[in-house]
Amino acid sequence: MEDLGEKFFQVVIALAIFAAIIGLIMLLVDRAPKSFRDKATIIGFLAPAAVLLAVGLVGPAVLTALLAFTDRNGDPNGLDNFVWMFTQPEALVTLRNTVLWVILVPLLSTGIGLAYAVFIDKARGEKGLKALVFMPMAISMVGAGVIWRFMYAYRGAEQEQIGLLNQILVWFGSEPKQFLLDAPENTFFLIAVMIWIQTGFAMVILSAAIKGIPNEIVEAARLDGASAWQQFRNITIPSIRGALIVVITTITIGTLKVFDIVRTMTAGNFETSVIANEMYTQAFRANEPGRGAALALVLFLMVLPIVVYNARQLKMQREIR
Amino acid sequence: MSAIPADASAATAVATEDVIESRRPEPMARRVRQRLTSRGATAAAIIIATIWTIPTFGLFISSFRPEDSIQNSGWWNFLGDFQFTLENYGDVLASGRSSSPNLGQYFLNSLAIVIPGTIFPLVLASMAAYIFAWGRFRGKDTLFIFVFALQIVPLQMALIPLLSLFINLKIGEFQLLPAGTYAQLWIAHTIFALPLAIFLLHNFISEIPGEMIEAARVDGAGHATIFWRIILPLSVPAIASFGIFQFLWVWNDLLVALVFSGGTADVAPITQRLAELTGTRGNEWHRLTAGAFVSMIVPLAVFFGLQRYFVRGLLAGGLKG
Repeated sequence: MEDLGEKFFQVVIALAIFAAIIGLIMLLVDRAPKSFRDKATIIGFLAPAAVLLAVGLVGPAVLTALLAFTDRNGDPNGLDNFVWMFTQPEALVTLRNTVLWVILVPLLSTGIGLAYAVFIDKARGEKGLKALVFMPMAISMVGAGVIWRFMYAYRGAEQEQIGLLNQILVWFGSEPKQFLLDAPENTFFLIAVMIWIQTGFAMVILSAAIKGIPNEIVEAARLDGASAWQQFRNITIPSIRGALIVVITTITIGTLKVFDIVRTMTAGNFETSVIANEMYTQAFRANEPGRGAALALVLFLMVLPIVVYNARQLKMQREIR
Repeated sequence: MSAIPADASAATAVATEDVIESRRPEPMARRVRQRLTSRGATAAAIIIATIWTIPTFGLFISSFRPEDSIQNSGWWNFLGDFQFTLENYGDVLASGRSSSPNLGQYFLNSLAIVIPGTIFPLVLASMAAYIFAWGRFRGKDTLFIFVFALQIVPLQMALIPLLSLFINLKIGEFQLLPAGTYAQLWIAHTIFALPLAIFLLHNFISEIPGEMIEAARVDGAGHATIFWRIILPLSVPAIASFGIFQFLWVWNDLLVALVFSGGTADVAPITQRLAELTGTRGNEWHRLTAGAFVSMIVPLAVFFGLQRYFVRGLLAGGLKG
């Protein structure tokens, strides 16, 4: 238990130092000469965040962009890293997988989340039903990885299965399957984990949006004799368009950066790697920081248009209101 | 109503959800509702809810079964072959045994990382947000938009240079932020949280009525006083929402930990240890199941205890990462 004491001590010291720094800033700001006080406040309040962002995010991002054009010794090598990325078979598999993830995860989790939100809308026990699907969102992707590795667990046909999915296969009379080893379909089984996590997110936001649809519109449609499907298509979908865009773009960005699931379940082996994982492998395991940086840069370029689109949509919505 | 108006549509939707939920359903509405919630939809909802719950449930059951049972029969047989043990939990937590994965230590590390990792960015971001909301200086809007735009930089872009920066940060021979301490993790998490935190808190703080701040100034209060006595207390809802979100994000993180923790039992968080275990002892299911639940207990408690704030933070924080 001395360990506990020591860890506790470190945290307390850190908090104390932090409090001292903040206290000092406050003191200096308050004691500054009157003519200078406003300026001192602005500088004092902004400086910590500004320095951290400049040194820890802006600078490194620029350096990474430059690093993308160097080899493992740090010498410039032009576009070699990108040529590697778009020509080497392993790297191409990584790109292909990323594309699969980015198409399937947002579509399926939004689709299932929307269906579920509509199905349970105003049903009895709605809150509990929501919590069940939403819960995976709270646990770590590492935890989710363990959960699903157990679902996919494989035993030879002569043994009793301990993974539920293989047991189901056996019940239906087929051979147990190495879900995580057999390429290329293993990528889909990893994608399923991400869908499992993200569906709850889509469901919660879309459900909130559905509840925001004015009752009169729904009532009017019902009086006009619209079927449930017609109501869904002509009223629900157009009314929650904004929320749908937010959900899809958010999940897309999250999916592009997915790392933990792949790391925990296959470590990117068996042709399951994706950009974010390959970036880590190249930069911190294979000692190829240039390639890692190039992958990070590509990731950035893929995220960029989605965020810009999202920001514009948001702006448009605000102008309409 | 809604704490953080970051995303227009989603936030309004949440506000409306609260209103609707508090409204008493009228008998007429109830009749209509029953007609609408068709049997097919209910069945589909139950199927989805079941599929979404089973994986976690299976792991949970298994974590209480003896090693022998886990390895030799599927967890779905648990009723027929009922055995209950806490041995697995004892095994993963106890630090005495040499074969134990020692998760207790790592659990403490997670706590030691997450507390400053949540407090630091919240304080610094509130200070910056206050200036962005109420300070007056040239170029303020441009700077704010720039900070907002930093959200699109994936943290993968910053990892490689930030790590070498930490290593090279020396005064003489004295290393300011040595590897294998919490400090690197605290600072990294703070940096990566700042853009989103500043943006969200700014939105909230700028809605505080200007008269209150004016009145305090007339009474002779300085900026520091206004910040601590007026701004922070009034911003509690926003700070709580973002705080929970950041807490879960840091607790569940793997990538930042892998890069900055050095991986020793002195510093590494529980997610990292669990990911390591799946790699090296991927078939010791009695340890993995219990270990996964030890790592999930805090997020699940936060989730079930503070679901409301969690949803708000999520709605507002979709772009983080």
